[in-house]
Amino acid sequence: MPANRFNGHSDYGIGIGLRVPHYRHILSKKPVVDWFEIISENFMVEGGRPLELLDKILEQYRVVQHGVSMYFGSADKPDRTHLKRLKALVKRTRTPWLSDHLCWGSVDGTYTHDLLPMPYTFAAARRTAEKIRQIRDYVEVPVCVENVSSYAEFHASEMTEWEFLTEVVELADCGILLDVNNIYVSSKNHGFNPYDYVNNVPHHRVGQMHIAGHTKFEKYILDTHDHPVLDPVWKLYAHATRLCGITATLLEWDDRIPSFDEVHNEALKANEFIDGAKKAAV
Amino acid sequence: MKPPPKHPPSRVASTADLRAFQRMMASAIVRPLTADDGLQPLWTDGRPMDKVAAEFIKPNDRLTSFERLQLYSRMYWFRLFDAIRDDCPGLLAALGERAFGRLAQAYLAQYPSRSFTLRDLCSRLERFILEEPRLTAPRTALASEIARFEWAQTVAFDGEARPVIAAARLARTPPSRLRLGLQPYVTLLSLRHPIDTYVIAVKRRDALRSEASNTPGAQAVVHRAFRRAALPRPRRTHVAVHRHNNRLFYKRLDPAAFRILEALGRGCTLSRAIAAAGPGVRPGQVKAWFASWMALGWFCAPGNKRRRAAS
Repeated sequence: MPANRFNGHSDYGIGIGLRVPHYRHILSKKPVVDWFEIISENFMVEGGRPLELLDKILEQYRVVQHGVSMYFGSADKPDRTHLKRLKALVKRTRTPWLSDHLCWGSVDGTYTHDLLPMPYTFAAARRTAEKIRQIRDYVEVPVCVENVSSYAEFHASEMTEWEFLTEVVELADCGILLDVNNIYVSSKNHGFNPYDYVNNVPHHRVGQMHIAGHTKFEKYILDTHDHPVLDPVWKLYAHATRLCGITATLLEWDDRIPSFDEVHNEALKANEFIDGAKKAAV
Repeated sequence: MKPPPKHPPSRVASTADLRAFQRMMASAIVRPLTADDGLQPLWTDGRPMDKVAAEFIKPNDRLTSFERLQLYSRMYWFRLFDAIRDDCPGLLAALGERAFGRLAQAYLAQYPSRSFTLRDLCSRLERFILEEPRLTAPRTALASEIARFEWAQTVAFDGEARPVIAAARLARTPPSRLRLGLQPYVTLLSLRHPIDTYVIAVKRRDALRSEASNTPGAQAVVHRAFRRAALPRPRRTHVAVHRHNNRLFYKRLDPAAFRILEALGRGCTLSRAIAAAGPGVRPGQVKAWFASWMALGWFCAPGNKRRRAAS
């Protein structure tokens, strides 16, 4: 859906992640970019250069916040300090929606700084949905939850990952940030059909998509975000776009980051698939 | 983190089960790796780790449960090591790779991250170095000062800036009643070594290495010339780590100037702070210092917490 209640009824097009090596280029050349995604935690600080830079970006560009440590799936209660800082940043950026991951990563206040997979159970889904609702009510913007890439599955799971994602977003009445690269990576690591995943999530809840590169190792695939998007991921993205409609899309490139133009041009390849989806819809 | 259960829950049917499950997995992930970067072969109770991992993680046709868990543990440790290295280049240079690696692992085992942001990861490193001097001997004093200095840089980079106190308020309040706060992003350091010049030398060396890595043939020359920044010799140094126009700076302070700022930070009135400077300080000197500090925007209204200079 190009604009829906899960992305603040916005129509944002194709964006890229705002990353330090590109700051100078962006501020001096002012390239035309639909929007930037920022990592919320990088700007949840009290002062200094990060906020100065962000304010300069906000003068010229649309920004959407993406978090990496809210840990919707952790059994712990939401961290009050984290929430206050997140809300302050939401007011600063005027992000139409914000996203974080369907995962856990902290317990008893100790943080792993990782996106750890959930046991896919009904009780875990209820707890996760309850936290998403609490957080959304506090920050007062729509929330989209992102499926993570994973390298482990658990005996305790009672359903597939896409069933769990569906259960959570329906209970929380929130949106989905559909990361098609993560789906592909996990499908190879766990031996499922990635098209089953994309076919079976509630498409009307998809408020944003992620695309990225990954790295193949002998026995597993890692979600490294240090390569261009690979063909199978583009194909999956095209399929998801046909099902969900043309959706705000973001390329993640977080390691071995090339020039701004290279990253942006890679992201703009999504237009080919969006055009294909448009033609198919006619 | 509270101790994990003896066995992971076979079902996750409640929030309590979810918490127990997460304690189990997190405890396994944050345990220090073996010398060859593997999961430890035995669990905390002596059982084989492969059996413990198999209790809650499914194997697949390529990886055992143990190997899948090990992936997450490695990612945890490598990510946190990278973050500490990025924040502490001076400490790394002073201790060398091996000793730094041992220190980082022991530190993270004792003080795992309690913050949602990796920015805070080194906030307790100085304390840990002093608690476990064997890890940095015979350079414990130097290492603790570098850790304190590098943490001050983090604070100066993105710490809170409060509204600067107006010069008019200073002029109209008698010194015997005037109290000034120091900006939270300013850290006063009384050091036994000139850590500021050492950290600058390390940064220059690292920058040259980085340059050389893009210049074929130059790398070996630069590595020979800048293998190690010379360790600083003891010399009492007073310095403020701060920012100006959102750029990081180190400002050397006269010992008397340091005492004035320290006293203000403790909540003393202006007249008491100036008295703390000691005899022999000329009024003109004090006036010039204050003019400089005001121009840098260091003074704000005193906060609830009295600031303590780190010495």
